[in-house]
Amino acid sequence: MRGATHARWIAGAVAVALAATACGGGDDDSDSGSGSGDTGAVLSSSWGDPQNPLEPANTNEVQGGKVLDMIFRGLKRYDPKTGEAKDMLAEEIETTDSQNFTITVKDGWTFSNGEKVTAKSFVDAWNYGASLKNNQKNAYFFEYIEGYDKTHPDDGSKQSADTLSGLKVVDDNTFTVKLTQKFSTFPDTLGYNAFAPLPQSFFTDHDAWLSKPVGNGPYAVDSYTKGSQLSVRKWDDYPGDDKAQNGGVDLKVYTDNNTAYTDLMAGNLDLVDDVPAAQLKNVEADLGDRYINTPAGIIQTLSFPFYDEDWNKEGSDKVREGLSRAIDRDQITDTIFQKTRTPATDWTSPVLGEDGGYKKGLCGDACEYDADAAKKLIEEGGGLPGGQVKITYNADTGSHKQWVDAVCNSINNALDNDKACVGNPVGTFADYRNQITQRKMSGPFRAGWQMDYPLIQNFLQPLYYTNASSNDGKWSNAEFDKLVDEANAESDTAKAVQTFQQAEEVVRDNMAAIPLWYQNGSAGYSARLSDVSLNPFSVPVYDQIKVG
Amino acid sequence: MGRYVVRRLLQMIPVFVGATLLIFLMVNVMGDPIAGLCGDRECDPATAAQLRREFGLDMPVWQQYLTYMGNVFTGDFGTAFNGQEVTELMASAFPVTIRLTIVAILFEVVVGITLGVVTGLRRGRPVDTGALVVTLVVISVPTFVTGLLLQLLLGVEWGWISPSVSSEAPFDELIVPGLVLASVSLAYVTRLTRTSIAENTRADYVRTAVAKGLPRHRVIRKHLLRNSLIPVVTFIGTDIGALMGGAIVTERIFNIHGVGYQLYQGILRQNTQTVVGFVTVLVLVFLLANLLVDLLYAVLDPRIRYA
Repeated sequence: MRGATHARWIAGAVAVALAATACGGGDDDSDSGSGSGDTGAVLSSSWGDPQNPLEPANTNEVQGGKVLDMIFRGLKRYDPKTGEAKDMLAEEIETTDSQNFTITVKDGWTFSNGEKVTAKSFVDAWNYGASLKNNQKNAYFFEYIEGYDKTHPDDGSKQSADTLSGLKVVDDNTFTVKLTQKFSTFPDTLGYNAFAPLPQSFFTDHDAWLSKPVGNGPYAVDSYTKGSQLSVRKWDDYPGDDKAQNGGVDLKVYTDNNTAYTDLMAGNLDLVDDVPAAQLKNVEADLGDRYINTPAGIIQTLSFPFYDEDWNKEGSDKVREGLSRAIDRDQITDTIFQKTRTPATDWTSPVLGEDGGYKKGLCGDACEYDADAAKKLIEEGGGLPGGQVKITYNADTGSHKQWVDAVCNSINNALDNDKACVGNPVGTFADYRNQITQRKMSGPFRAGWQMDYPLIQNFLQPLYYTNASSNDGKWSNAEFDKLVDEANAESDTAKAVQTFQQAEEVVRDNMAAIPLWYQNGSAGYSARLSDVSLNPFSVPVYDQIKVG
Repeated sequence: MGRYVVRRLLQMIPVFVGATLLIFLMVNVMGDPIAGLCGDRECDPATAAQLRREFGLDMPVWQQYLTYMGNVFTGDFGTAFNGQEVTELMASAFPVTIRLTIVAILFEVVVGITLGVVTGLRRGRPVDTGALVVTLVVISVPTFVTGLLLQLLLGVEWGWISPSVSSEAPFDELIVPGLVLASVSLAYVTRLTRTSIAENTRADYVRTAVAKGLPRHRVIRKHLLRNSLIPVVTFIGTDIGALMGGAIVTERIFNIHGVGYQLYQGILRQNTQTVVGFVTVLVLVFLLANLLVDLLYAVLDPRIRYA
């Protein structure tokens, strides 16, 4: 009996293996040699279960975004190396006043089910994303388009329109966008997944679409078992010039990135795009040059509750600056993060590049460790509120405890007071967000920002503009707001960037948040793979990976 | 016997209601799950309000509980935040964990009891002392250490097994995780059987059986073992529930997508529907396993009567 069942399992395993190789083998002949590597071979990669259903305007975390990046192409695409927004499906985006845009869509693009990608595919998708009744978590991406307040009333009252009045289809390949304000860098935001086009089947048979999403990218979804695996395969008729260099990708869900790493070591998995903190010490010995550690558009900061009088009174800025100077960023990034973080010297990210607005050293002395200066500044500012700061963080993910303790340690040492700073853990991320939303923070708290698109605007406006969506500390400064408005209205990109940097100086002078470090993306891969790289969003550039 | 079973089943109702209510309150105390749903960026208020309405989170807790229980009786366990039905999650998770539990229980029964009998009959000999030391080590080493160690040795160093279990999770891939899951209980079963056997070898009925000239294997199987198994069966019975719920650590190490994985995910994302649904089913499993154990007593020892 036991023997019989056993034989069946083996037979099953063989059948699966055969199917897998057949799948890979079939495409081999169609390829006429593009360098080394087997363009038919499939690679496997670690994945996390996406938190939301896989819809472009509903996906706001990396795991779901990874898939969308494989199966969708939008009007623009961020260059995987430089992060620059380049035209993809957009033939032309014209404007004379930075407020009204005419967008022409390239001819000859289709979805993987054969349907043509037209202006309507975009307009319908955007209208869907903006409409309150669809509960799309990225709806705010459409907030600058005219009519957003009707399709998505902020107070949650009944929406009075289903479509955005600022969107108009002119003909098959052209549509116009009218914004409520001047926004010169608007075209550069269009590379974000929320702006992807959608085929009609998305609207007509939503459930079927969700169980097997159809897009227009270099890969098409082959099978999707929620919670365990998603397989994409190369779409042979893909019209773009960034065709997949491999046969497909099997994304396998891992609950624990340590297990994924173990699987990579055992030769069971080809690619891990999140090397666990515990393995950072041995990763170079384990993988050698198959370990990638490159900058990503992520910055970690400490925010302050400006709604709390203790932190928003005369001299508080000196206390904040003092705290910043009491943190030994170099030592913490070396010892705790094994150099997978870089001490921050401004409030943006190196991935923007100098032209994009990153300015090394903009923070100046205020971000340099100096115990004496720190002590002096805090004394001048009236001392720490209540004699002690508590740094609040969520303890469930991301090993935040280690660095918060290290930061506190550094502050305590600098101030010669072992009670100056303590960590204040909150059990779950949800509860942590809860306390932030309800304005319950009584001292500095952990904040991280992963960019949506590589623009300096994205590192400043959502975080520090008065009442902006991620301004968790509720900081408000008229001068900053004015400069951001000016920068957005500026049609010359270089000038706009300069104005944004002026706004960033206002953030610095007030120390609205303490910049800690820039985060790197890390990945490790098996010897089967080559040409593996991470884009500025720390997502592997799957379509360029060669197998074999 | 029949009346006893009915009475036991009726007793389950208050336990069931109490347990679910407790879990429901505990999960709700943790705060508003919608707050964590949008990541580091706050959900826009309109969408958050609408999501709250959709998941019924805008109602008072007692009303949420009543609605929930009402739905449960029609077989509707609600929807997880990623849009999947909780019943769908259960359908994928429970078979995997049940398979894992079966492997673990088999280890406990076969290896545990055999070892227990062998050592119980050879008290004080090297075999016995050896088993005592080994079980002591197993009991004192936490499961995650055993798990990670076996995974590293068998999976990475020697390549005998794959370090993670595939999503189909067939029996043969679950042998090592099952052993890890069973390890601590296995040690207890061994020690429990050993003590029980050692005690009963000196009982009158065993001496009588030997004096009657019965063959040794018959004495051990029919007389000694049967009477010694009662405490062991009690332990294994209650262990079924504990194994199913306690698989969180093992399932995480070997990336098994079973009940432990779903519970962990549910707690992390504060998904009331998933957590309460899975715990509800686990409570039921626990209650039924206990009932089964009590009924088994009569099979082992006919002197036990139910009224």
